[in-house]
Amino acid sequence: MEFFERFAVPHPSPLIYASMVAIGLTVLAIIFGITYFKKWGYLWKEWLTTVDHKRIGIMYMISALLMLFRGGADAVMMRLQTSVPDNTFLEAQHYNEVFTTHGVVMIIFMAMAFIIGLMNFVVPLQIGARDVAFPRLNALSFWLYFAGAMLFNISFVIGGSPDAGWTNYYPLASNDFSTSVGVNYYNWALQISGLGTLMTGINFIVTIIKMRAPGMKLMKMPMFTWSALITNAIIVFAFPVLTIALIMGTLDRQFGTSLFTSTSGGMDMQWANLFWIWGHPEVYILILPAFGVYSQIISTFSGRNLYGYKSMVGSMVIISLMSFLVWAHHFFTMGHDAFTNSIFSITTMAIAVPTGIKIFNWLLTMWKGKIRFTVPMLYSVAFIPLFTIGGVTGVMLGVASADFQYHNTMFLVAHFHNVIIPGVVFAMLAGMTYWWPKMFGFMLNEKIGKWAFWFVSIGFCFSFFPMYITGLDGQARRMYTYSESTGFGPLNMLSFFGAGVMAIGFIIIVYNVLYSIKNSPRNIGDDPWDARSLEWATQTPVQEYNFAITPEVESSDAYWDHKKKGYQLFKGNIEKIHMPNNSGLPIIMAGIMLVFAFSFVFYIWAGVIVAAIAFLACLIYRSFEKDDGHYIPVSEIKETENKNGGAN
Amino acid sequence: MKIKLALLFGLLTIATILAGCEPLLVFDTKGPQAATISNVIWISIITMAVVVIVVVALLINMLVKYRASKQPEDYEPPHIEGNPIVEAIIVGVPVLIVAFLSVISVMSTYSVEAVPEGYEDQEPLVIYASSSDWKWHFSYPEQDIETVNYVFIPTHRPVEFRLYSHTTISSFWIPQLAGQKYAMADMVNKLNVVADVPAEMIGRNSNFNGEGFAENTFNVTSLDPDEFDSWIEDIHATAEPLTEEEFTKLLEPGHLGQMTFTGTHLDFLPAPEGEHGGHNHGSSETDQDSAGHEETNTESEHDHH
Amino acid sequence: MKIDNTQPLEYSTDQNQMNILGFWIFLGAEIMLFATLFATYFIYADRTGSGPTGSDIFEITPVLIETFLLLTSSFTIGLAINAMRLGRKNATLTFLAITLLLGAGFIGFEIFEFVHYYHVGAGLQTSAFTGMLLTTLGTHGAHVTFGFFWGLFILIQIKRDGFNPRTANKSFIFSLYWHFLDVMWIFIFSFIYLKGMM
Repeated sequence: MEFFERFAVPHPSPLIYASMVAIGLTVLAIIFGITYFKKWGYLWKEWLTTVDHKRIGIMYMISALLMLFRGGADAVMMRLQTSVPDNTFLEAQHYNEVFTTHGVVMIIFMAMAFIIGLMNFVVPLQIGARDVAFPRLNALSFWLYFAGAMLFNISFVIGGSPDAGWTNYYPLASNDFSTSVGVNYYNWALQISGLGTLMTGINFIVTIIKMRAPGMKLMKMPMFTWSALITNAIIVFAFPVLTIALIMGTLDRQFGTSLFTSTSGGMDMQWANLFWIWGHPEVYILILPAFGVYSQIISTFSGRNLYGYKSMVGSMVIISLMSFLVWAHHFFTMGHDAFTNSIFSITTMAIAVPTGIKIFNWLLTMWKGKIRFTVPMLYSVAFIPLFTIGGVTGVMLGVASADFQYHNTMFLVAHFHNVIIPGVVFAMLAGMTYWWPKMFGFMLNEKIGKWAFWFVSIGFCFSFFPMYITGLDGQARRMYTYSESTGFGPLNMLSFFGAGVMAIGFIIIVYNVLYSIKNSPRNIGDDPWDARSLEWATQTPVQEYNFAITPEVESSDAYWDHKKKGYQLFKGNIEKIHMPNNSGLPIIMAGIMLVFAFSFVFYIWAGVIVAAIAFLACLIYRSFEKDDGHYIPVSEIKETENKNGGAN
Repeated sequence: MKIKLALLFGLLTIATILAGCEPLLVFDTKGPQAATISNVIWISIITMAVVVIVVVALLINMLVKYRASKQPEDYEPPHIEGNPIVEAIIVGVPVLIVAFLSVISVMSTYSVEAVPEGYEDQEPLVIYASSSDWKWHFSYPEQDIETVNYVFIPTHRPVEFRLYSHTTISSFWIPQLAGQKYAMADMVNKLNVVADVPAEMIGRNSNFNGEGFAENTFNVTSLDPDEFDSWIEDIHATAEPLTEEEFTKLLEPGHLGQMTFTGTHLDFLPAPEGEHGGHNHGSSETDQDSAGHEETNTESEHDHH
Repeated sequence: MKIDNTQPLEYSTDQNQMNILGFWIFLGAEIMLFATLFATYFIYADRTGSGPTGSDIFEITPVLIETFLLLTSSFTIGLAINAMRLGRKNATLTFLAITLLLGAGFIGFEIFEFVHYYHVGAGLQTSAFTGMLLTTLGTHGAHVTFGFFWGLFILIQIKRDGFNPRTANKSFIFSLYWHFLDVMWIFIFSFIYLKGMM
């Protein structure tokens, strides 16, 4: 019995028991459903073992949306708890777990996954490639991310969630102050998914450098591909720092070292330093691809080429470099001398310059254009003013002296939601709607989509603008409740109202997907938006091999030139195409990794050793495996192409 | 778009009304440090409001003028590459704005760290403020008293709070007097404040530190120097001395009301500064550390003004 | 697979070229990983708590032997790759085997060194300094151990299949990895041991 006691949740509540039952029933229902419809074979062959970048991208996005609802439920619970003074809906400990998981899930398992999902689907198509450089590694990346996400989510029902905030500062996160296994989960879930992210970073840099279509020079790449290249470079240099920080955290918690303690020479703020040396580039990892998405969409729906292409690229490069030079602004109040704070204050505000360039370039892209207000464009148009507000409040936070008053308050919370929601989440929704027809061969309903847009964006304003005010009125973040005398009540109620409106918006989006699956017309052609870049030159839906003939490119708007200037994209004849084979190894390795990490979280050393040996066995198997992929014969390609109306 | 703008203005109106009835805490200042920051915040709000208004105006202009429904059916938008003059403007203007704010930031950062102007000659009142889960302990070495969860300070005299923690990282924050600063277990941070007027204020730990975080607050009272002195005398006349045993009990996690003692815990449990620096070097006698350490810790600990 | 015969065997296919570029980028990430370890170690170097300092525990002899073994192995892996370019299978196998033996020797001495630290009271839990020292050395040692087995499997594959684009590519990438570990060791030797002993 003693062995099993460790798996109990330390602070159980009816809410957690209800979720346990709900999770159990859902899993059973899914297993039963798949078995009943005899879909196991299909699922295994077509999805779980796939190495196709398009399917991996779609799996990333589905997982990200699931996580969005997990994190969103956390968000609504938090806003409900704080909607009235002295509320007793959640207890302090439970509230602490909720905001911790909300932060981690939204950043690591939702936003990152969605961004990487979009990159997976779009980048190879935009550069005219057949897949990514290392297709199987790509599958492993996804499954490691998925294993990390699963590990993190089961903490809710087995053993207890982390409760030290998503920033997980020591000594609060040490065994002395966070006694459940929650932070162990945090360490391992982030470690595993971080490993996957690092592999993605390497994979996409090589893909973009080596696999571009003939004629596509670096400065002729579509802007989303540029943003992906720079983002992945940041990933490669930022994630190893997190790896080390997490290892040190694991050593402290599970092996009794004193690296982050206040005794035996340990240094608690070293965690904060390492965390933010990774963490600040991380926010640019999220926002740069979003910038890429907006660049594509604004250009498409203004009917114009992107204004200031070179300065767009240059500003992203500058942002990526500077993102590593600002981390100390997350703790101006730590007691640095005024000189250090001044330096970091200036570097922080300086990032506003390249970001400002981008805002003006988007505005100038609309200039003399012919603007169509589709759903993706609505999100992009709303992004500009809302993100500007988030950006300027970021500059305000960058003023070191003033940060002494904003730090740790709702003002800060308002700021980063103000950049992440209109920045990243709007980009996700816009990008999803924009590329949806390429993914699934039909469009999302525009009218319902517009309703969802208004709910999400108005809900956003109501939810987060009041926080700027309560922050300036002294409401600290992460307080599970407050007394009536503080006067925070009405504005927090307004926030809760806004959160509710946003939640309705997201439900409408789900409804829209279901509605469109049923009702949208399927014969939409290859280019329903009258778009500009190469991914729209493929068939809809895209074939396994993407392009029957490798395209040749002369500008960043290659497909637009093809349509307007009659430029030939596909020269030459169809030849046999080399494609990688599917493999079950990635999902198996990720499964083993899940067992490894879960055992590690609970100190079950036998499980750790067995899983480690199994993982190494997979690596050895992979080393000795001979798998050169397969060829699709010309006849088969011609048949598919003819069936779908030809490539060009 | 129009709905959204209406909404924005609505929110701004709400903000103004709220600001009108009762100033927000960080603008309702009771001392020069907070007043400096309050001014900086207003300057940055106004500067940034100009930026937002320009962007929104440009956006509305583009959306109104170039929407497809206003263009002729056969209108083909032109191909326009960047333009050096335009790009110089969109780089130059932000650079100027950032430079302006940088100057403000640097000047004000130095100013809020220092003893406020006009008070440099006075001997500061040193108060050690140390946090434990989830309380604040205020030790007055000069007066030889200690309080829990409340602090009295005289007006018109510089007060030097020396901040550290018995447990996790917390952040000492009295919004109406000055910005916050961290209190950590292995070093001592200094916060200089002056109260201009007698007032009752709220202070709190603003850095999340576990279950009792929400109630981790304390009361701050600034009062005339005469009254402050008589308060001290009262304590010496009435309060019990603080013993080590008693203090160990106080450190246990939980909440306490306001308490008063004579003597301070610093006598038996010194703050992590000077020779008691929390770096726990077995051998070395002072806290002269490696370069890397100084970079991430702080000068304030080493710098005795 | 198109094979381009104008290129060395390890670069002869598109996939091979991508593998090598990808590995260089991976080494970039590894540099960040070790840079983080070094930076943190330097911050912790004097934070010895009540435990021993670097000069108390470092011993020059095993460190010099480790350095000699690893530097020599970096030379022999270079010879192995050179032999591979010349198409001499036996020479390649011999040099690769010597490299791995030297690597194994390095690991052996490192284990000996760790046991010594444990005996003189410098364990993982002793202080922030010892914890970080062992973490940094351990990360490097784990890399060498991983490399040992990786190299062993490549050796078996060359023995079995001879030289082809696949085995040549793997050997070349392995040699990059091995050189990288050597460079990291030079940093460890200079900035951890020598600096610590002074």
